[in-house]
Amino acid sequence: MMTRRRLETVMPWAVVVGLFVLWELVCVALAVPDFVLPRPSVVFVAVVDYAGPLWQHASHTLFTTLVGFALAVAAGVLLGLAVGSSTLVYHGLYPVLIGFNAIPKVAIVPVLVVWFGIGTVPAILTAFLISFFPIAVNVATGLATLEPELEDVLRSLGASKRDILIKVGLPRSLPYFFASLKVAVTLAFVGSVIAETVASNEGIGYLMLQASSRFQIPLVFAGLLVIAAMGVVLYFAFAAVERRTTGWATRRTEFAGGG
Amino acid sequence: MHPFVELDRVRLAYGGGTLAVDGLSLSVAAGEFAAVVGPSGCGKSTLMKLVTGLMPPTSGGVIVDGHEVAGPLKIAGMAFQNPTLLPWRTTLGNLMLPLEIVQPHRARLRRERAAYDAQARALLASVGLAGFEGRFPWQLSGGMQQRASLCRALIHEPKLLMLDEPFGALDAFTREELWAVLQTVWMERRFTTILVTHDLREAVYLADTVFVMSSRPGRVVSRYEIDLPRPRTLETTFTPEFGRLVHALRDEISRVRQTAAEGTA
Repeated sequence: MMTRRRLETVMPWAVVVGLFVLWELVCVALAVPDFVLPRPSVVFVAVVDYAGPLWQHASHTLFTTLVGFALAVAAGVLLGLAVGSSTLVYHGLYPVLIGFNAIPKVAIVPVLVVWFGIGTVPAILTAFLISFFPIAVNVATGLATLEPELEDVLRSLGASKRDILIKVGLPRSLPYFFASLKVAVTLAFVGSVIAETVASNEGIGYLMLQASSRFQIPLVFAGLLVIAAMGVVLYFAFAAVERRTTGWATRRTEFAGGG
Repeated sequence: MHPFVELDRVRLAYGGGTLAVDGLSLSVAAGEFAAVVGPSGCGKSTLMKLVTGLMPPTSGGVIVDGHEVAGPLKIAGMAFQNPTLLPWRTTLGNLMLPLEIVQPHRARLRRERAAYDAQARALLASVGLAGFEGRFPWQLSGGMQQRASLCRALIHEPKLLMLDEPFGALDAFTREELWAVLQTVWMERRFTTILVTHDLREAVYLADTVFVMSSRPGRVVSRYEIDLPRPRTLETTFTPEFGRLVHALRDEISRVRQTAAEGTA
C-alpha cells in the first residue's frame, strides 16, 4: 500500500521526464533540425540563456492573467448568483451567455485593440472574457441544484430567499466555484497569451512571436515550456485552495479510494 | 377536541389542469399523531405542501392552529425520505440550522449559544446520537442521518411535525428501531404529527388515526382509529389486533386501487 502511494507521487515526474527523453531520442534518431523541432536539451539551454527576458515577459503575462482572472472571478460570481437564484434571469441570460462563449476570443482581440490600443489592456480583457464563463456556470449550477426537499424544510421554517442563499446556496456552490477556478485560471492564461501574440509589445506571447519571426525556434519552445509550467503551478495552487476550503465535498470519494 | 389541522374540501390543480387532490377533507386534533396512507401517486406529498403552506390550494380551505394558511407556515418541522443534511456542517451544526432561521431563537442564538447547544445535545441523546455531535453527515449511517434529520425537524419545538416517508429508504430493522425512537419523542412532547407513508405497519404502529387516500385525484376515503395502548413495542406488531388493523388497511388500499383501475379502463 505504501509503495503504491509512493509510486503515485513519483508517477507524474516520471512521465514528464519520460516524455522529454522520448522527445530527445526521436529528434536525434530522425535527425530533426533544431529550427523545426528543437530537442529538449536545446530548449533547456535556451531557457537558461534567455532567463532574463523570459522572466521579465513571463511575469508580465502572469500579471495580466491574474488581473483578468480576478475580474473574471468577480463578474463570474455575480453573474452565477443572478443566473442561479432567479429562473427569470436564467431563461433570459443563458442563451446569450452560451452564444458569447462560442465566439473564439481571438476574434475579439482586434476589436479590443481598436478600443484600447496595443498593450496590456486587451490582454487583461481577453483573459477576463475567456475565463468568466466557467465560473458563472459553476456557481449557477451549485445554486440551481439545491435539493427541493431542503428548500421545503427551510421555507416551512419561514426562511427568506436571502436566508436560503446564505445558509445553503452559497456554501453549497463553493465546491463548484473552486472547481471552476482551476479551469478558469488556465483559460485566463490562454487568453492573455493569445492577446499578447496578436497585439502587444510585452509578455511571453509577444516574446514567442518575436522569436519565431527571427527563427529562434528553441526560444519559442522555451516560452511554451514556461507557459506550461506557470499553468501547472497555478492549477495546483487553486486545487490546493479547493481541498482546504471544501474538503467536505470530496472526502466521500477519498474514502471510497478515489472511485 | 379542537382540530389543529383542518382541510375542508381542498382541491389542487397543477399548471396543466391535472387534479392532484379534489374534495380532500381531514382534521387532526392538537397533539394527535395522524398517518396518511394510500396508493402511490395519490397526492400524499401534495398534502404535505398544502398543510405547510408551501402550495396554496386552488379552492377549499386549509386551517392550521386556528388560522387560514396563506404562505409558508413558520411553525412546522419537516423531514423527508432523503435526510438532506448539510454536508459541510457537523451533526450539531445541522441541528442549529432551524434556530438560525426561526424567531425568536434567531435573535437569541448568539447570546444563548451554550443553552441552545445543551438543548441540541439533549435532543440528539434522546434519539441515541449522543457522542455523534461532532461528526459530519457522511460519517453517519443512513439510520443515524435520519435520526439527525428528525432532530433538525424538532429542535425549534414546532407545534406541527410533517413527515414524508421519513424511514422509506432504511432497512427493516433500522426502520422499526426508529419507530420506537419517534414514538418516545412524540410521547414526551406531544406535537401534532402528520406522517405520510407507504408502510401500513408503520402507520398502525405510530398513529392515533390513519387516513386512507384514494388514487388521484386524492381524497380521504376512510379513517381508522388505532386505539392500541402506548407505548407500542415490537411485540405489539405481532398481536392479532395489530394484524387485523394492518389487514383492514391493506384491503382498503386494494379496493381503492381497483376502483382507480376501473375508472381509467
